Amino acid sequence: MQQVFKKPAALKDVQTHFCPGCHHGTIHRLVAEALDEFGLQEKTIGVASVGCSVFLYHYFDIDVVEAPHGRAPAVATGVKRAKPESFVFTYQGDGDLAAIGTAEIIHAANRGEDITVIFVNNTTYGMTGGQMAPTTLLGQKTSTSPYGRRSEKEGFPIRVTEMLAGLDGVAFAARTSVDSPKNLMDAKRQIKKAFQYQVEGKGFSFVEVLSACPTNWGMNAVAANERVGSEMCEYFKLGVFKDTASL
Amino acid sequence: MGAIEAGCRYYFGYPITPQNDIPEFMSREMPGLNGEFIQAESEIAAINMVMGAAATGARAMTSSSGPGISLKLEAISYMAGMELPCLIVNISRSGPGLGGIDASQGDYFQAVKGGGHGGYHMVVIAPASIQEMYDMTMHAFDLAEIYRTPVMILGDSVVGQMKEPLIPHRRPKTEFPAKDWALRGTGGGEQRVVKSLFLGDGELEAHNWKLHAKYQQLQEKEARWEEYETSDATLIVTGFGSAARIAKSAVMMAREEGLKVGLLRPITLFPFPVQAFASLTARCKKVLDIELNTGQMVEDVRLSVARDAEVHFYGRPSGTGSLPTPEELLEQIRRYL
Amino acid sequence: MFMSGFGGQGVLLAGTLLAHAAIIEGKNVSFLPSYGVEKRGGAAHCTVVIADGDVGSPVIGNPSVGVILNQLSMDKYARKIKVGGICIVNSSLVDLFEFDRDDVEVISLNMNAIAQKVGDPRMVNMVAVGAYAARTGVVSLAALAAALKLSLPERNHKYIPANIRVLEAGAAEIARNGEQLVL
Repeated sequence: MQQVFKKPAALKDVQTHFCPGCHHGTIHRLVAEALDEFGLQEKTIGVASVGCSVFLYHYFDIDVVEAPHGRAPAVATGVKRAKPESFVFTYQGDGDLAAIGTAEIIHAANRGEDITVIFVNNTTYGMTGGQMAPTTLLGQKTSTSPYGRRSEKEGFPIRVTEMLAGLDGVAFAARTSVDSPKNLMDAKRQIKKAFQYQVEGKGFSFVEVLSACPTNWGMNAVAANERVGSEMCEYFKLGVFKDTASL
Repeated sequence: MGAIEAGCRYYFGYPITPQNDIPEFMSREMPGLNGEFIQAESEIAAINMVMGAAATGARAMTSSSGPGISLKLEAISYMAGMELPCLIVNISRSGPGLGGIDASQGDYFQAVKGGGHGGYHMVVIAPASIQEMYDMTMHAFDLAEIYRTPVMILGDSVVGQMKEPLIPHRRPKTEFPAKDWALRGTGGGEQRVVKSLFLGDGELEAHNWKLHAKYQQLQEKEARWEEYETSDATLIVTGFGSAARIAKSAVMMAREEGLKVGLLRPITLFPFPVQAFASLTARCKKVLDIELNTGQMVEDVRLSVARDAEVHFYGRPSGTGSLPTPEELLEQIRRYL
Repeated sequence: MFMSGFGGQGVLLAGTLLAHAAIIEGKNVSFLPSYGVEKRGGAAHCTVVIADGDVGSPVIGNPSVGVILNQLSMDKYARKIKVGGICIVNSSLVDLFEFDRDDVEVISLNMNAIAQKVGDPRMVNMVAVGAYAARTGVVSLAALAAALKLSLPERNHKYIPANIRVLEAGAAEIARNGEQLVL
């Protein structure tokens, strides 16, 4: 019988701990497929962050260092500088990257570190129980914005990809989503492009992936997935914001 | 210079007085040595870059002063948990908060008692001269690698900024355990993970016992100290780093007057030279501890001496213009003799 | 030896120079600088301990020689000089009228004028070091001249001859006027 679908080699044969309807598993798969396609698994050092994404090493069959909350881009900088021949990526959520780790991401990007950052934006702190994140949408209710996020008190959701695209050190920056087959295929393309930048030594590459957190949003998987495609995509526009080498 | 001789090629730091000579020197030297120097965006980023480089098995370091070390403590705790070797230099400032830039020893507790969270230790070494700064920096990298632990060199602006003759030398040959933990990309082999999160049943307790065993081994094997004129002393003066340096002059002056005074100077603060204090105070029952704070190391001295020994303390939480002088310390020696 | 002035008078360079010269003479030495947080104009002082045996403390309460380059240092530190010690004063900027110690030897030199005449007004520190060396004999002028190369950054090596001239001028003041200068 012909095998038409299989697990990427860069992923282990284990079940994830992610909630039903969570997109982490899907995004893990896209990243793993890209690693496979470039033949990078054996020279990759992943940098895990704090949040639901911390268990990177349980699912990926690659070397991993676990960074403190928000510090993954600094840790990745140290790894890449000490081992320039390795392929280095971080995998961070919105609380990790856009709140406590704002300084680290901006400066790693601005230095043009030869690393790739996968930024998973689900508009909430997932692991700690659905608190308000820097990317939480206006009016969105979370466990720490029970009346909905108000711009006058909590400010506006941060558009990280646009912000980073404005830095001269950034070679590639794109926002993608995994809510529909079409968007998912595009996300895969952009992740591969980001990896190619690093493979060719062309500098800092960044891919934001909009994703769902049904559990903390209080939605079922289908409704949560729909929210990504509607509300989130409306505020966080999909697209390639920087592509310096037009790869 | 000691770090470079020890094979350190990765330096990550952030400007803070009074240790700026270190990053400035490294920024000049590293490019020519095929190394990396980064002036990071923050103290926090700097120590996390050290973490990344150390995770690949490279010899890496950072340096800072008290306020910066406070910011680095999160990552230091992680690295203790991850068992990553590295060197952290603290050329400490005086006082809490912004304090001052003068010599002081207010950071003893922070360094020795695990200033960060979760109950860990790092090796802490307190050199008292330029030569020792050089020698101990090399030793620090060796200890870090052998025991897989962060090591701190704790100094202040006296040992950090003074100039003295230095005799450079090659680093001694040492046998190191294989770095079978260092990240390199699997290369088709087993996955390696450097982490400090342990959630399995009993996993974290077992990890903590392993760390504890390492700290005990350090205590047994790696404590270092200097003794000066202790054999017939009826009063032992003690202190570390710059305070001990000033105290040594006071002891010399006392000896010139025929007073039977000796000096016991801990070189490693963790592991603390418990053994030296215990054996000296089995005979000599009076100890005078001198520190540039209001009493920190004295707690460890009290725990280490023989039960019937008296421990006295003289401290100056020094700031601008208030370093004690040898003459002043000689007065204190006379008082307790 | 303790030297004190304000930032820009070359106090730290003078100390470094003495320390290097002492090493050249085969002595043990420590140099401990101390300065204000300001880059210019703050207080600057240094302590240089030169010993045939071990250097103990780099911090000294009562130095045997005090080199005082400005009034503030005079008011603050001249009283600390050891009984029987030497106080070398820059009379260009220091009023000695209120100084009432008679248990130290005071050497008063118009350092700014001497520096200006022989080399450059910025070389007050070299007058002081020259005078110190001549009066105490702790280091030779030859050692100081050789130490300049170690103490000055390469880009300033072209000023070494001028510095040597001023060092010599400082020493000459001691040799020529020695007795009269003692108050």
